[in-house]
Amino acid sequence: MHHTPTSPAPATELPEGAVRLLDADGTLHEDARFTPYLADLTGDTLQRMYRLMATERRVDQEGTSLQRQGQLALWVPAVGQEGAQAGALTALREDDWIFPTYREHLFALGRGVTPGQLLALFRGVAHAGWAAEDHRMQPYTLVLAAQALHATGYAWGISRDQAGWDAERRRAEGQVVLACYGDGASSEGDIHESMVFAASYDLPVVFFCQNNQWAISVPAATQTRVPLAKRAAGYGFEGVTVDGNDPLAMHAVTAWAAEQARTGAGPVLIEAHTFRGGAHTTADDPTKYRTRAEEEAWAAVDPLARLEAHLRATGAAGPDPDRFFADVAAEGEELARRTREAVLAMTGDAVAPLDTVFETVYAEAHPLVAEELAWHRQWQAGFADTEAEGDRS
Amino acid sequence: MTTDTTTPAGAVPGTATGPAPVTGAGTALETLTIAKAINRALADELAADEKVLLMGEDIGSLGGVYRVTEGLKARFGADRVVDSPLAESGIIGTSIGLALRGYRPVAEIQFDGFVFPGFNQITTQLAKMHARTRGAATVPVTIRIPYGGGIGSIEHHSESPEALFAHTAGLRVITPSNAHDAYWMTRQGIRSQDPVIIFEPKRRYWLKGEVDVSADGHRGVSAFQAQVVREGTDATIAAWGPLVPVALAAANAAAEDGRSIEVIDLRSLSPVDFDALQASVEKTGRMVVTHEAPTFGGLGGEIAARLMERSFLHLEAPILRVGGFHLPYPPSRVEEQYLPDLDRILDAVDRTFAY
Repeated sequence: MHHTPTSPAPATELPEGAVRLLDADGTLHEDARFTPYLADLTGDTLQRMYRLMATERRVDQEGTSLQRQGQLALWVPAVGQEGAQAGALTALREDDWIFPTYREHLFALGRGVTPGQLLALFRGVAHAGWAAEDHRMQPYTLVLAAQALHATGYAWGISRDQAGWDAERRRAEGQVVLACYGDGASSEGDIHESMVFAASYDLPVVFFCQNNQWAISVPAATQTRVPLAKRAAGYGFEGVTVDGNDPLAMHAVTAWAAEQARTGAGPVLIEAHTFRGGAHTTADDPTKYRTRAEEEAWAAVDPLARLEAHLRATGAAGPDPDRFFADVAAEGEELARRTREAVLAMTGDAVAPLDTVFETVYAEAHPLVAEELAWHRQWQAGFADTEAEGDRS
Repeated sequence: MTTDTTTPAGAVPGTATGPAPVTGAGTALETLTIAKAINRALADELAADEKVLLMGEDIGSLGGVYRVTEGLKARFGADRVVDSPLAESGIIGTSIGLALRGYRPVAEIQFDGFVFPGFNQITTQLAKMHARTRGAATVPVTIRIPYGGGIGSIEHHSESPEALFAHTAGLRVITPSNAHDAYWMTRQGIRSQDPVIIFEPKRRYWLKGEVDVSADGHRGVSAFQAQVVREGTDATIAAWGPLVPVALAAANAAAEDGRSIEVIDLRSLSPVDFDALQASVEKTGRMVVTHEAPTFGGLGGEIAARLMERSFLHLEAPILRVGGFHLPYPPSRVEEQYLPDLDRILDAVDRTFAY
């Protein structure tokens, strides 16, 4: 029997109780609990938020093009999720840690990871393109949910380091960890175990679930019968569903959650209700499992358009809004150009040789690896001799 | 969490990574069971390094189901000897996070058969972290696992999964067979910058032996080296963990037949000390490798293959294996027929002389 794809009713409608501060037309609402957490949102921060979203989207599109042209093994589009990430990132402090899955491109670029470092994984030249300590952001993790336990353990380390700190010092200097995952990974056991550990030891971790409605081809309804944020109650901490396409609500709720975790109140779960606007990866074909109508319904609540409307309405884009948006578009083009340049440069001698894997599999000497490395070098050197002979003839 | 210094394999306390050696301190022998020797090693590392912490199911107030951690919670506090939730993936996964933050977690998995809920974290995450970050991240997590059969227990409590871990690049795997080694290999494992899995021979937990607990009591021997535990000239038996005493008994029995058998305790299963095995087999010309794990795809096969390459012209006979069958670990009423014993090892030794 053949089925044409029939998505469930488009889930653009928010679950009951979800937080939305900015309507699709850019109008801002008051919320007694969360509006105070917008207090730090200056015009500069709002502009940064938009700039991050727009330039990331352009890099993201370049990633898809590069894959289509055979320059990347794979690309993982994050189109549609920029609002969720930009709102959360601007609510964190620079020394807070992010433990990503593999679709957190805006977090990475926003934390100073270069496009070349970001795409090194997808170019096939490194498993981790950037040094975690330089950006307080761990490398991408492809085994879903594994990183949530690392985040929880890291938060446990922070909690131990901060033992004996009073509330004032925690508020001023305390660190929190953002544990990223998605609606698909929410079914993995490691998410459950992370939440058990985080709750039992009151750890400063914010669980950050981007519910983008689809785990490759399986809809969120197959992962859960309740809004994912409700699961937090079962572990004994608070969960909040947020309109993930509302960057201001995402900022406010993340700021609140980070404050909770930072001051010792324990973990919090944020569910960003958003949409994966593109394919799961460049190897995916969404036309086989979801409808154009669903995609169009979500495109109508696009986070970029919403923030643009807000910036224009409030004057936060400066005295010449058209100029601001044109400048950001030009920055996006420039970043896309640098992305392409960096990817194409990762070839030949710029690719770390296999020797570096031998050299880093163990921190201390391991005789088997040393023996195999010696053999490998000798084997490779044999080709060099052959090539030299070829040159002479 | 980062390091760019490379220390020698198996740097031992008192040498490369430990405090300055106390020279001329002499020996300080104590008679301890293997369980007590491990307990003492854990206590000494907890005392020496405030970043060391123990985590596992029931290891605190109860002292572990084998009482290996008995008294440590009372001495070091619940923050450093942590009774964790009942979740093996959680234990390993949060240990990785703690190590990334600069801690040195020592996780206990309650039984060999219960490591598998944590297997994903060990093999896809812990083992790869150093290489995938091109050496930037070190994750010095130690995982203690009581293993092996012969205790008359129920399903999932008697297994020997060491080959699965030795097969995984990035992990170190060690297994002591006596109290002295249990003390020093535990300390050395905790101090390694790499993830180390310590398989503890649970049916030997109560085996007593002299332990030199003086500062240089390790005598310069690394946890990642094999040891000749009985010298001989006619054939070699290679064993580890719970089967070392059986191998020694077999060697003694063979001596009554006039055969001089050398016994090697491998101690380390990743890396395997092939140099020590090669030296022995080139001296004796014959070797039997024995382990409780099934022979198919096991470490005995790997050892035989490597020594074939290294020492083919020195061999008087094929290298033979004595191990478990290709079966799930059987009900304990019949485990004696499954486990390698003195007679099966002696039979294999006899067969190496038949060529």
